[in-house]
Amino acid sequence: MQKKFDQTSDPKRWGAGVLVFAILAMVGSISNAYIISLLTVVLLFAFMGQSWNLMLGIGGQLSIGHALFVGIGAYSVAILNIKYGITPWIGLILGAAIAGLIGAVLAWLSFRFEVRGIYFALLTIAAAEFARIMFGGWDYVGGMQGLFFQAPTGSMDLAMLRGDTRFYYFVALTLAAIGVAGTEMISRSYLGYVWRAMRDDDDAARALGVQTFRHKILVISISAATAAIGGGVLGLVQGAIFPDSIMGMGISVDVLIGPVVGGLGTAFGPLVGSMAAIPLHHAMGALGDSFGIPGLNSIAYGAVLILVVWFLPDGIWPAVVRLYGAIQLPARVRISKLQEVENDRAA
Amino acid sequence: MTALLEVKNLTKSFQGLVAVNDVSFALAPGRITALIGPNGAGKTTCFNLVAGALSPTRGQVLFEGRSIERTPPETVCRMGVARTFQIVRPMKDMSVLENAMVGAFSWTTSVKEARAKAYESLENVGLAGKANARTDQLTLPDRKMLEMAKALSTRPRLLLLDEVMAGLRPTEAAGVVGVLQKLAESGLTILLVEHVMRIVMEVASTVVVLHHGAKIAEGKPSDVVADPRVLESYLGAGFHA
Amino acid sequence: MSGNASAVRGAPSSTKRSRCKLLHPPASGGVLMLSLWLNVLASGVLIGLVYGLVALGLTIIFGVMRVVNFAHGEMVVFGVYIGYWTVRIWDIPIIAAAAIAAVIMFLFGYLLEALVVKRFVNRPHHYQFIVFIGLSLLFSGVLLVSFGPDPRPTASQLSFQTVAVGPLTLDWARIQAALTAGVLIAALSAYLKYSAFGRSLRAAANNRLGGLVVGLNIPRVYAVTFGIGSACAGVAGALISPLFDAQPYLAVDFTLLAFVTVIVGGLGSFGGALLGGLTIGVAEAVAALMFTPSMKTALPYALLIIILILRPRGFFGAKEV
Repeated sequence: MQKKFDQTSDPKRWGAGVLVFAILAMVGSISNAYIISLLTVVLLFAFMGQSWNLMLGIGGQLSIGHALFVGIGAYSVAILNIKYGITPWIGLILGAAIAGLIGAVLAWLSFRFEVRGIYFALLTIAAAEFARIMFGGWDYVGGMQGLFFQAPTGSMDLAMLRGDTRFYYFVALTLAAIGVAGTEMISRSYLGYVWRAMRDDDDAARALGVQTFRHKILVISISAATAAIGGGVLGLVQGAIFPDSIMGMGISVDVLIGPVVGGLGTAFGPLVGSMAAIPLHHAMGALGDSFGIPGLNSIAYGAVLILVVWFLPDGIWPAVVRLYGAIQLPARVRISKLQEVENDRAA
Repeated sequence: MTALLEVKNLTKSFQGLVAVNDVSFALAPGRITALIGPNGAGKTTCFNLVAGALSPTRGQVLFEGRSIERTPPETVCRMGVARTFQIVRPMKDMSVLENAMVGAFSWTTSVKEARAKAYESLENVGLAGKANARTDQLTLPDRKMLEMAKALSTRPRLLLLDEVMAGLRPTEAAGVVGVLQKLAESGLTILLVEHVMRIVMEVASTVVVLHHGAKIAEGKPSDVVADPRVLESYLGAGFHA
Repeated sequence: MSGNASAVRGAPSSTKRSRCKLLHPPASGGVLMLSLWLNVLASGVLIGLVYGLVALGLTIIFGVMRVVNFAHGEMVVFGVYIGYWTVRIWDIPIIAAAAIAAVIMFLFGYLLEALVVKRFVNRPHHYQFIVFIGLSLLFSGVLLVSFGPDPRPTASQLSFQTVAVGPLTLDWARIQAALTAGVLIAALSAYLKYSAFGRSLRAAANNRLGGLVVGLNIPRVYAVTFGIGSACAGVAGALISPLFDAQPYLAVDFTLLAFVTVIVGGLGSFGGALLGGLTIGVAEAVAALMFTPSMKTALPYALLIIILILRPRGFFGAKEV
């Protein structure tokens, strides 16, 4: 049976998206502060996961050092705001610009010198770790002591992007929504096609006229800039940033776990994956703390990554979609078979 | 008439092994030319040199008078030369139509235009009915036609086909011949690398024969086939027609 | 800086970070400088041999299976803990602890490959990488759960013994580790080069399909390869256990250090692993002398980036990924 596989814009998908975010918006009104703040982090990583997803799932470039860009965003916002009183909005823009530039430079250097695939992935980790260590030794940005935002007054100040927990929940929600919508729109645009062609087979894409060198730099740059925006907000939410926390491998893993678990290359995957994996991580961490056994959360993350790649390499979300398709199948099959028969008669 | 593509003294050696040795020929516009020769003759290397996938040790490849032998593949494509790959490489999670769309983005950024062009390419190769199919549901001949459609979407003036008949049964190959003839009629210049002699005879107006990397014959199919040097290269010395 | 084990460490991660001047060359001059430099260089060479062993394990796995073991550092740390516990419980010499580590880690690697890794060998590279990150997280977590996050001081008599060789004052532990590592590297390389199994290993590395065709038991070759690779890591870990406090957080640094070493020397090349190890060991030691601690810690990463860009194939060239 020929399922319609076209990627043309599907109103059903947009409808589903709006519904999901409406529900999430309603969730924002519940009173449990712990859940709200956990979900805020989940949504932020859903957004940052989208940026990583763009780079690998659509563009085909693996980065294990996204913490670099997240950290740049966080530090830009923090330095401008804490040291100079400048609004985080400017910090976010600046952070995105710097991260985008650094991403472009790393990409340019790599692809100019044939550093591809896992070598490129290693380069991204090396860059992230290098930055983390250097920031740790740099007094201007607070060194190992980090930077602390002023304690939130609780009242909302949109111009300075300050507010209470609920405020940041909605900021994160907005970002996550932009992430999903953005990925969806890019997928259906000319960039989406060209990037996927580049991902699947670089040589074949070039033979079709795709300037893969430029596009790789572009996708990495955009991915870096968006990750930085997520990082900037993450810093605000956490109230303080330290090089080991905001630029460490842990952040890179948090960023990638959503898309990997949820579904690489899809629009909803990172959101679904983050909502599954990050609360699990926190729960295991809390469990471990209560028993005095650290490390349970690492085990959880590790196990989840291995199991997902092993049994559901496409991720949870595509599996759900397939399941939904399988359940719906009988009705569709009958209808499409009728269609086929009619078409044959008409031909 | 001025040649669309001119290959001049093209030579390629790989660390001492000379794969293509001082080959020169020209392609007239609007015709189908076949590049043939026994295994190891250097056809594929020559093909890749023309397509920009390899750069020559010596010699030139001139497309519409401009030298392209050191031009990267994506630029060569944008100049009007499209190629297919022998081992078909369709893109997995895109439909047939979407696969055909990628090539169009070499001259437009509009998804609508790309889709229209893709439909047109699919129609030209006879795949329009399967536009929404997934690529893993295609038969081998269909996949080869998809490769061609992908290349056609780039609006080429020269189409390079790498053993497009390989693995096809006679009836399937006949279908491909029909497509090629239609394309040539519409003004497209085609260079085929081919093994299957029967097809070459049917479809090509000019044949270039390579042997041990050098050109040993060029001309109409009927002439080339009777050429003793060509016979010797395929069948060995001492063969008498 | 003295010959004290805890001070002159090639420890990739340092808990102390100081102000950010990039350089602070040591004061005083003349003979003292020379002797200091010689000690530091010798120290670097010695630890470099151990790094070489770690890298050898990683490069064998990559060379044969084309798989990038991102959990290699965890395996080294397993070895460190094995060294710690065996010495603590039975008070055996380090070499014996290393032998025990070799056996345990070989079996560990073999089983890991046969049960888990094997299923991913043919997957695209980024999936493999992610799986190994998963394994690395899993192992780190297990280490944390089993042993807790606090460093276990591996104090033994060995840790503080020094040997005077001319102007040099060297840690006996370091010398032992280096000699053992050197011998093992030589022995392993010879074995792989001349033995029948070594030949089948190299055949599998060169051409997997061809190997299957001629009847090589590829699954077993891969499992043994992984076993050997993890054994190298484990032995190296056990050998350096007198020099480093055992703690789970060392793992990531070791992994990346192993990668730097391998890439500097050339992914897939055995001689390269050794040379890479020596280079990194000496570079680290010199950096410790000349730069601030944070710069010294960051050096391997900077080197990795530079080497990747300038020569992703390292000194000895490697096959493409």
